[in-house]
Formats: sequence, C-alpha cells, structure tokens
Amino acid sequence: MAEIKLRDVHKSFGKVEVIKGVNIEIKDGEFVVIVGPSGCGKSTLLRMIAGLEDITQGTLEIDGVCMNDRQPKDRGIAMVFQTYAIFPHMTVRENVAFGLTINKIDKATRDLKVDEAARILQMENLLDRRPSELSGGQRQRVAIGRAIVRNPKVFLFDEPLSNLDASLRMDMRMEIGKLHQSLNASMIYVTHDQVEAMTLADKIVVLNDGKVMQSGSPMELYKEPANMFVASFLGAPSMNFINVEVHDINEENVTVYNPTLSPIKVPHKGRDISKKSQAILGLRPQYLRLVEPSDGILNGKVILTERLGAETIVEILLKDGKRVIAAISEDQILSNGKEIGLQFNPKQVHLFSSEDSKFLSENRK
Amino acid sequence: MISPGFGLIVFFIILPFLSAIILSFTNQRLISPNPTEYVGLANYKQLLSVGVLTLDPKRNSNGAVVRDKNGALKYPRLRNFTRNNPQYPHIKGMRELFSWNVGDNQRTYILARDVVFIKAVINTLLFVLIVAPGQGGLALCLALLINQKLRGINIYRAIYFMPVVVSIVVVSLLWRFIYDYESGLLNNLLSSLTFGAFESVNWIGDTDFALGSIIVMSIWQAVGFHMVIWLSGLQTIPPSLYEAARIEGASKWQTFRYVTWPGLRNTAVLVFVVITMQAFALFTQIDVMTNGGPLDSTQSIVFQAVERGYGKQDISGGSAISVLLFVMVLCISLLQRWLTQGRS
Repeated sequence: MAEIKLRDVHKSFGKVEVIKGVNIEIKDGEFVVIVGPSGCGKSTLLRMIAGLEDITQGTLEIDGVCMNDRQPKDRGIAMVFQTYAIFPHMTVRENVAFGLTINKIDKATRDLKVDEAARILQMENLLDRRPSELSGGQRQRVAIGRAIVRNPKVFLFDEPLSNLDASLRMDMRMEIGKLHQSLNASMIYVTHDQVEAMTLADKIVVLNDGKVMQSGSPMELYKEPANMFVASFLGAPSMNFINVEVHDINEENVTVYNPTLSPIKVPHKGRDISKKSQAILGLRPQYLRLVEPSDGILNGKVILTERLGAETIVEILLKDGKRVIAAISEDQILSNGKEIGLQFNPKQVHLFSSEDSKFLSENRK
Repeated sequence: MISPGFGLIVFFIILPFLSAIILSFTNQRLISPNPTEYVGLANYKQLLSVGVLTLDPKRNSNGAVVRDKNGALKYPRLRNFTRNNPQYPHIKGMRELFSWNVGDNQRTYILARDVVFIKAVINTLLFVLIVAPGQGGLALCLALLINQKLRGINIYRAIYFMPVVVSIVVVSLLWRFIYDYESGLLNNLLSSLTFGAFESVNWIGDTDFALGSIIVMSIWQAVGFHMVIWLSGLQTIPPSLYEAARIEGASKWQTFRYVTWPGLRNTAVLVFVVITMQAFALFTQIDVMTNGGPLDSTQSIVFQAVERGYGKQDISGGSAISVLLFVMVLCISLLQRWLTQGRS
C-alpha cells in the first residue's frame, strides 16, 4: 500500500505541452478517479505514473521515493488497459501468470497466486480458456487478475470499462468497487465517464487541458464545483448556464436577474462581487420543476422531450433564444411548442463569475 | 457469358497447365515431322530412375587389391555394368551421380538415368532449404530494426526495399560484375580489406562457390519484399501488449518470445510459403549468370524444364519436369498447411 505524490508534473511532446503542472496527492488505500474530456491528458498522466511515458518536469513519488527514472516494473504498479492487453495466444492461466513466468517464479507459487487471483475475481472456471473464447467483461477480468498477481502498491486503470457494453459496464464497475474494498490498495482510475467517477471514487480529480480543475470527494465536486468546467462536467444532463446581471448585494444574498429571469436571491458567501457586474447562473436540470407559465421564474417553449421512463428530459427554448434542459423525475407527456414555466429553489443554484468562470456562490442545503 | 478475365485465365493458365500434364505422357517435340505418340510414364521413368551399385575393388591374380600410383583403390569401370550387361538390367544406361566407400574397400555408387535432372533437383532443394530460413530470418531482423520511431526511418525502409523494385535480370547482370573473377567488386574489396592476403575466388565459375554465390544474391534481392510483409505483421500487434509486457518487466528477448513472435504467426506462414514458392521457381539468376554451370553445379528444376523444352526442343521432357515441380510444391504446401493448422 502506498502514498503517491505528483509535484508540479509537466509533460511535453516536442513543443506541445499536454500536462501543465499537475499536483496530486493520493493517500494510502485511496481510490482516485482522474476524469476529464478526451484529449485532456488524463491517460498521459496515468502512463507517466506507470512509467510508460517520461516525466518532462516535476517529480513523482511513491512511498516517498522518487520514481521519475525507475523502470515500470520497479515502481510497484500494475496497470489495466482499455484494450485489456491480454496475450491472445496464451490461456487465461498463462496470461495471469505472465509476470511470474518471465520472472522465473516456480510453478507451485505461480499456481497458488493465480488460483488466489481467480478466486477473488470469481473466474476459476475460465483459467484454461483462451482469450478468444471470452467475453469483453471476462477479458477485462483476466487483465485485472494479471494486475492482482503482481501484488502492486498501486493499481492503475486506464479507461477499463469503455470497451464494454452498457449493462456489463455497470456490473464491472461494481466489481472494481468491491475489489478496492477487499484489496484495500491504492487505485488510480482514469475515465471520461462521470458516472464511473462519481460512483467509484474516494477522490475525483477533474482534469482539463492538462491542468487540474478541482479535486475532492465526489459530493464536494458535485455540490460545490470550483468552476463552470467542473460544474458542467459532473452530472448528467449537464448544468444549464444563464447569463445574469447582479442587481443587489447584501450580507446574506445576491440578487440577480436578466430580461427573461425575474430577480432571485442567491445566498452570498462572502465572495467578491460588485453591483451591476455580469455573472453566470448555474442550474442543474434535476433541480428544475415544471409549473404553469404564470408561476415560472423562467418561461419558455418545449422543443424536445426524451422519455426515459423514470425520468423525462425536456429541452426548453427561453424567450431570449437560450436553451435550458430540465430533468423531471417522472414520466410526463409534453407536446412540442407548449408554453411552460420553470421553478427552482434559489438555494440550489450556483453562481459563477463571467470573467474567469470561477465559482461565486456556494450552494448550501 | 464468360468474362474476359476468366477467359484469359483459362487461356494462359489452365490450358497450359492441362497441356503440360498431357504432353508429359507423350514424345512430343517442339518441331518434328513425326506424329506424336503416347509413351505412358516413359518421361517420368527417364527423369526419376535411380539405382545403387556396390562394387568390390579390383584384385590381381593373388587376390590382393590393386592400387593406382596415388595409393587409391581401383574399381571396375561402371560402364561395364550399365552398358549391355544382361546381369544388371535395372541400371542400364545410368550414370554415376556420386559415390562413397563403405566398409572394407567396397564402394557404393548412386546412379541416375538423368544425372543432370537429379542434380537440378538437389540444387533446387538446397537452394530452398537455405534461402527460406535465411531470407525469412534476415527479413524479420530488418523489419524489427526499421519498426522503430526514428527520424529518417523511411529512408532505410526505401533502401532495403530498392532491390525488389529492380528487375531480377538487371540485378543478376550487376551481380555478375560484382562476382567477376578478374576485376569484380567483391574480389577487389576483399583483397583490399585484407591488404592483398585474400586470393581471388571465381565466385560463379567455381563449382564450390557458384550455387552459394547465387543463394547470397537471391537472398539480398528479395529480402526487402519480405521485410515489408513482416513489417505489416509487426504493426498489427497492439502497442498495449508491449506496454503490458514492459510493466511486467519483460526483457527484450522475452518481449519478442512472448509478444512479437506469437503475434507474427500468420505472417510467418505467409512469408515462408511465398519464399518457398519463389525459391522453387529459381530460373532467371541461373539463366543470366551461369546457365547451369559450371559442371551442372547450378542447375535448377525450372532451368532444366526450359532447357529441355526449348533448348533441346524436348517439349514432353520439359513438361514432365514441370509436372514434377508442381507435385513437389503441392506436397510442400500441403505439409506447411497441415503443420500450421495442427498447432492452432
């Protein structure tokens, strides 16, 4: 088990800088999910921790030892790849035992460790099969088995579920969660799927354009996003943003409005806001309620509805041409073009500065 | 109804193939006033007949062996047995292929009715046995070398591939200059590298070197082609497999042994089948460089087929050789197929 520290880590490919000074601390036994859109550098960051990519600048420490120049095999890590990377010509047993075989561990020890890993992953019956006879989920299990056998300080997962179909993805997600509990090892998990991040992580690191946007527990990030990027990235459908003007400020509240929005009071948390300044209001689709047009804080026309059974996603065109998404937690039939009003609790909204998109108002229960 | 393409295949491949089989059972000549006759397997018997003869050394009236002035044993003349000897009808008309001593002074002779053809078969098999692993292995080494992300790697790829683009006739002509006895590049180079200590070798004029020289040139000429096939095979191996092996701490050799080579299995089958086929068809190099000489040391099966059919106007003999070559290649292909399928 291990503590991992990344200090001001940079990575450049030629002149292109992809990681621009990342600091992350991972505690012993913590499950950290690095999440971000594609191309944000999250996989590169993981590969730098694994030792598959050099670190251009900055240091990586595992258990207080600088690992920058260590070979991957000497870092005490094991990695699970998106494409499984299991050897097609070997049986499952040979695949899981691969690291032991090439390090010339005797067969008895090898079998013992493989059987142990197979028991943890409940795949004893698969050991003599070949990868071509396995489903995607089973292949990923084999890849995880190979990682377990290494008995690493840190498990690295590089988008391990993105090649699986939706239902299998959920099963494997839970499996990985259980695996973390039973092994109690530090894990770093890279994904672009915010649901995986929210469900698995002890700590989420949101990465964008090679920089850490915010890190913290899933609920911290969901309820108190530090900026608009984090706010829009976490939660599905993503957060609605509405440009507003600050009308009034007092000790407790900030009053904001815009031509289509009646003035509302948002809790003020001692942030630096001035009167008449521009701000951005963030509204989670789940916190919007449909009401009669006369009762709405926001009014508009329905232009699209998606009925998911337990939930209905409604896209609403506001009077000023902006679109807002609302997620209603029941099945509703709405005809397109219907005039509709939207209500929400002003305490559940977020306020961002329109200049640097930073968080202005914290959302308290 | 028959498409032009199919018509061309029938006309240029299927008809000649069938007519070769039919003609090989006749005594057809290229131009002859005599009518064609069916001769059964006579052509094949002529080509394939081999015999063994063990002779005792000559003895004088006392029963002691006779030796020549160098001390070597003397044996009765072979033609006493192979010509007009009613006691040895099975080796009638045969000539010596090679011979060796066995036991006490006895000498065993391997005889063949068609010595040149048997030599051609042996040469061709030797050629295949050396070129297939040699060219395949060298091509793989080159492919591994150029399968790297280095600046200017395409220049090396182009250089290695260049001989493939040049016609084999041109390559053979150029290598005749390289191998030249008097003023060839190779002899001059070796001589200057060893400060004159190297004695010139008549590379394609010496029975000990001629086939070897042609093998070396042939390997060099087509190695680039197979390198490209290996390279395409190498690039189908997912990089993540190499990374997984690296994380497990595999050495370079272990990576090759456990990741690269298993990933190249299908490519290997293709490469070795193609090389084998090409090697069996050895003709142009012989035709341009040695004409089968010196002393039949570079005869090949295809060269013999052409030589018989057109040089000697013996179309039926040439056809029989072609059919035999077809059967040999077919057998080897079936064997390779069986070997590669058996393992998977």
